[in-house]
Amino acid sequence: MDWTAFGLSLKLAAWSCVILLPLALLLARALAWAQFRAKPLIEALIMLPLVLPPTVLGYYLLVGLAPSSTLGAGLAKLTGGPLVFTFSGILLASLIVNLPFAVQPMQRAFEAIPVNVREAAWVSGLSYWRTFTRVELPLAWPGIVSAIALVFAHTLGEFGVILMVGGSIPGETRTAAIAIYDNMQAFRGDAAAAMAAALLAFSFVTLAVVYLAGARQGNRTRAGQGTRAGQGAASDGTPSRGRISKGARPNG
Amino acid sequence: MDEDNGAPVVATEHSKAKPVRQERARKQTSLQLELLQTAPIPLRVKLSCGAGDLLVLVGPSGSGKTSILRAIAGLLQPANGTIECGGTVLLDTGRGISMTPQDRAVGFVFQDYALFPHMSALQNVAMALGNGCHDEIATNGTVDEREELARELLAKVNLTGLEQRLPDALSGGQKQRVALARALARNPRVLLLDEPFSAVDQMTRERLKRELSALRAELNIPIIMVTHDLDEALALADQICVISRGRTLQQGTPDEVRLTPQRPLVARLMGQTNIFPGVVEQPSDGVMPGILRCGDQRLEVRDTGSFSQGSTVSWLAPSDHIVLHRRGRPSRGERENPLGGQITALAQLGEHTAVTVKLSSLQDAHVNFKVTSHAARRNELCVGVQVTLSILAEGIHLMPPPKRARE
Repeated sequence: MDWTAFGLSLKLAAWSCVILLPLALLLARALAWAQFRAKPLIEALIMLPLVLPPTVLGYYLLVGLAPSSTLGAGLAKLTGGPLVFTFSGILLASLIVNLPFAVQPMQRAFEAIPVNVREAAWVSGLSYWRTFTRVELPLAWPGIVSAIALVFAHTLGEFGVILMVGGSIPGETRTAAIAIYDNMQAFRGDAAAAMAAALLAFSFVTLAVVYLAGARQGNRTRAGQGTRAGQGAASDGTPSRGRISKGARPNG
Repeated sequence: MDEDNGAPVVATEHSKAKPVRQERARKQTSLQLELLQTAPIPLRVKLSCGAGDLLVLVGPSGSGKTSILRAIAGLLQPANGTIECGGTVLLDTGRGISMTPQDRAVGFVFQDYALFPHMSALQNVAMALGNGCHDEIATNGTVDEREELARELLAKVNLTGLEQRLPDALSGGQKQRVALARALARNPRVLLLDEPFSAVDQMTRERLKRELSALRAELNIPIIMVTHDLDEALALADQICVISRGRTLQQGTPDEVRLTPQRPLVARLMGQTNIFPGVVEQPSDGVMPGILRCGDQRLEVRDTGSFSQGSTVSWLAPSDHIVLHRRGRPSRGERENPLGGQITALAQLGEHTAVTVKLSSLQDAHVNFKVTSHAARRNELCVGVQVTLSILAEGIHLMPPPKRARE
């Protein structure tokens, strides 16, 4: 059992969630309500990692982050070292790969909040920040939980992109999924089986806990929501049914 | 009733006169509004509403009624305009003043209530307290004090006992009361009601209307309500403002806009159908009535207004100034503009029956009016029957001919 790899997977998943949460909140909220011409293009761009083979994405990340490239050199200067084959590198890859999983459920959840509920909050004297914390966040909560759960679970299972960008450096870029692959390649079936079972169990428990909590919250919110908003949240926002449709929805 | 005395069967639609409300000194707290913009929604609006008055905005769907409310609340930013309420300038585009929706202290009851779905009735109301409203407790009070105030507000709208319910567990009428309590929580400068009775059943509607009337007397702030229900507007309003395609056409008391519209379009928007063309043959002079020629028919008109001899006009015969003569028995008032015709349509609408008569003596024009259903039965009214009627000289109102063909 490779606890280092397992720990690295958890660390990567946790950091992905922590960084993506505010970023995706901002993006999702803007995409849900703002109307601008480039919106479908931005939505398509965010969804791209969902449909691209991990190898293609990994290839571009590897080339883009390499110290020989302008971007890679710039980032290296900024972070104090090259990003490829480091934890920072696989974290960046993980953030990009997980962007659609984070943005999509949140965007649907924000879209399900009727515009006039926000307007009613403003007219009632709630500042824009208080409207966000007291009205928007609680109503979008099921979608946010769904997003976090998906990002966490997906990062635990991510393989292709991380292998491309990070290789398999123990303690640095060798995550559980890669450790399993390495074990199989080296005919260490038992080690692979143990790791696979642990990953399976851990992923399931994590998801189940988050979904159960989310479902309870979702029910509470749904009970309070009007039929229109409720339907939107039920089909798009709540974790219990929060599967992401593949491909971007044109024009939001 | 009257017909047993040989009196004419009087059309009854809206015949109940509203008592004239006393003009109070309410300049300081009244609302004045002027808006002008061409896009995205064309608006050319000018209206005012006194404190304690209920101004009803009437007009077809999409005429910009809700946009006016949104502009007052600060949810719509017009290109040009001024909005002043109680001496406070909410908007003055010329001087670059535009208060945020939060600072305007406007009470807004949205058409679908827009309650916070995840909060109880009490929390919905308490949420609007303590956001810079004028009330001391609401602003600086403790959570308990604010909750108590929210309870009082819910009690005021008869919702005691339902404080902990989520909006989804409330009926349409109850949701509306919560929305009203929330709107009142800020001690607003002006109360805005967007189609407040559209989503509730008839019985609830009547009760809410009575409550609104009572509340109006108590509040002493301008109340502006949007509706497309003319009966509702006539029953509740102190002032009616008629709006079409983003333009205010006329503002006045319900009787003013209903009986003396400035334009045929206003008359049509107020539900009047008896509008015909004519020529002033002889203007009235204060003592003698004027004469209006309509085809071969000459009609007496009590007041021809500013129209001179020979003016082409549109004239309105309000349905409650049309008197159907008793068949087979003469009665008083029959000498006043008597016209003969044939009933072409008859529709019983509960207590009243809508009658359409084709007037052969008035170039086959169709006039519509209502009689009580029992009068229709006693007179054995049915389609095809010949009848005579009078259009009362005092009710005939002259207007300039329509500017456009569609008016």
